[in-house]
Amino acid sequence: MALIELSAIERVFTLGDSEVHALHALDLAIDAGEYVAIMGPSGSGKSTLLNLLGLLDHPNAGTYRLEGRDVTTLSAEEQARVRRERIGFVFQSFHLVPRLTAAENVALPMMLAGIAPAERGERVAKALADYGLTDRAGHRPDQLSGGQRQRVAIARATIMRPAMILADEPTGNLDRATGEDVMELLEGLNASGVTLIVVTHDPVLGQRARRRVMMEDGSKVEDTGAR
Amino acid sequence: MRPADVLRFAAGSATGYPLRTFLMVLAMSIGVAAVVMLTALGDGARRYVVNEFSSLGSNLVIVLPGRSETGGFNPANAITGTPRDLTVADAQAIARAPSVLRTAPLTIGTSEASYGGKLRDATVVGTTADYFLIRGLTVAQGRILPAGDTGLSSSVAILGAKVREELFGAEPAVGRMIRVGDRRYRIIGVMAQSGQGLGMNADEVIVLPVSAAQAMFNTNTLFRILVEAKGREAILTAKDEAAAIIKARHDNEEDVTVITQDAVLATFDRILGVLTYGVAGIAGISLAVAGILVMNVMLVAVTQRTGEIGLMKALGAPGHTIRNAFLTEAALLSAAGAVLGYLIGEGGAFALRLMFPTLPAYAPAWAVIAALGTALVTGLLFGVMPANRAARMDPVQALAKR
Ligand SMILES: Nc1ncnc2c1ncn2[C@@H]1O[C@H](COP(=O)(O)OP(=O)(O)O)[C@@H](O)[C@H]1O
Ligand SMILES: [Mg+2]
Repeated sequence: MALIELSAIERVFTLGDSEVHALHALDLAIDAGEYVAIMGPSGSGKSTLLNLLGLLDHPNAGTYRLEGRDVTTLSAEEQARVRRERIGFVFQSFHLVPRLTAAENVALPMMLAGIAPAERGERVAKALADYGLTDRAGHRPDQLSGGQRQRVAIARATIMRPAMILADEPTGNLDRATGEDVMELLEGLNASGVTLIVVTHDPVLGQRARRRVMMEDGSKVEDTGAR
Repeated sequence: MRPADVLRFAAGSATGYPLRTFLMVLAMSIGVAAVVMLTALGDGARRYVVNEFSSLGSNLVIVLPGRSETGGFNPANAITGTPRDLTVADAQAIARAPSVLRTAPLTIGTSEASYGGKLRDATVVGTTADYFLIRGLTVAQGRILPAGDTGLSSSVAILGAKVREELFGAEPAVGRMIRVGDRRYRIIGVMAQSGQGLGMNADEVIVLPVSAAQAMFNTNTLFRILVEAKGREAILTAKDEAAAIIKARHDNEEDVTVITQDAVLATFDRILGVLTYGVAGIAGISLAVAGILVMNVMLVAVTQRTGEIGLMKALGAPGHTIRNAFLTEAALLSAAGAVLGYLIGEGGAFALRLMFPTLPAYAPAWAVIAALGTALVTGLLFGVMPANRAARMDPVQALAKR
């Protein structure tokens, strides 16, 4: 059974009188454990697709099945729960909370999930150690380098042990060497079984993925892993 | 999200933006402090006046010349009055009424008193021995006026404590002759220090027999007749009896006003109570203003933290969690403002008491509770709209905003 099944997805934005078809007649199936790069020119609908996959956005038509369940019809509360437990996000601009320390940022999803502080502390310490951030635990985001910030964000995305990680241009704000470090981290997670979906417009980065989905004008134009 | 975490998170957000937090706490605390301090002032004034009146004597009925137009009590009459025919004989007649324990005629004026070349103006009170009993005045030295004596023959005087001190200093006064106006009086007593009595300070008077005082001021009328009823329950009958007796004696004309001290007290109590409520209401407006400020500041906070709200949603926070976080933050800020304002208000009331030691400027409990409650409720109420805005925010757009 596929982890993700999109069929006949439509996403239309209305700007004044003009309609933008950000996604059009899109079918896509992704199995658990896959490593998918979503590629394409700017404005082709990559981010819109990722937001849909992450339940941050809703399609105007079509169905989205996640782990066999139709999630488009879930209530907002249930969708929040799915995001909390099954999905990890990594953003181009890191999105760390500036007043919280690295450790507190990593603990944030567990706090929102109502996990007891003692367990939070243990899991955060382990995650920080895994990502080489132990000595940065008490630092605030503005005291960290870009690469360190993205590592904190990845630690946060994985702390709830999600089924998939959605990363929108995760290296977009990093230099090439740091970007490669970050990609290696994400790929390491994928190697341990987490489904990894990365949006990028960088062909070099895209080549690293086992499967590449090319987007253009809201439609899939090429899919190396299509069944 | 656990309640303790909500609280810690909200407190962290509040302290994360110190200027915003400071402004909000300040606005709230000014409102609360204003309520606490102004009601302390108002209620202090009320208690002061009530205490002063209570010190006039108990079970007191007062007969004053002149018919009050409204039939009610006009506070101005308590201190000034229009002279009408109210005589010593009237006072003696009232004293014979069944519900009346005793009466004291009262005539008041100012005159010059001198002793051994020292001169001072003094309030001269002409009355009888019963005056001392009704008002509960005692002498520190000597004795009070001789009972039943209202005659011109007895040229005796009793000095207030301050008058004695100023004219005699360390010298003994009892037994000496003092000149008041153009006559000489033998001092038979000095009153014990009493503090204030409303409208006249018993420490600064010279008490003479009523007829001596009337002769001095060349009048037959009295300023007041003080009537002491036989008990608390007898006050109203004593009042009616006094009115009836005077009416009968004054050719069936109701040309005096008879008031009970309770009515006087109640009137002052009511006037000053309303004043206190009014002042509290005006101060309460500043709380409403503070509430609007809270709303604006929270709206700014929501805008400022749009990215954070988007992130929280992406991390799986449902709308109600975000709303709770912002509401808690508003409540914390209002509570901090309320507590700070309460402390400032109590400090202000304390300063008032230092400046005016006779004024019992304590904020009444209802005002303190109302101020703190209003602060919290306004903070929460005005926090709802911004919190809802945060909860309803679209996560994609929120995340896109940086
Ligand atoms: N909120 C929105 N309102 C209107 N148009 C939007 C909105 N979000 C995206 N679009 C449009 O949808 C198309 C796809 O956008 P996006 O998914 O962000 O592209 P990409 O990430 O591939 O650059 C673009 O034409 C963009 O202008
Ligand atoms: Mg994009």
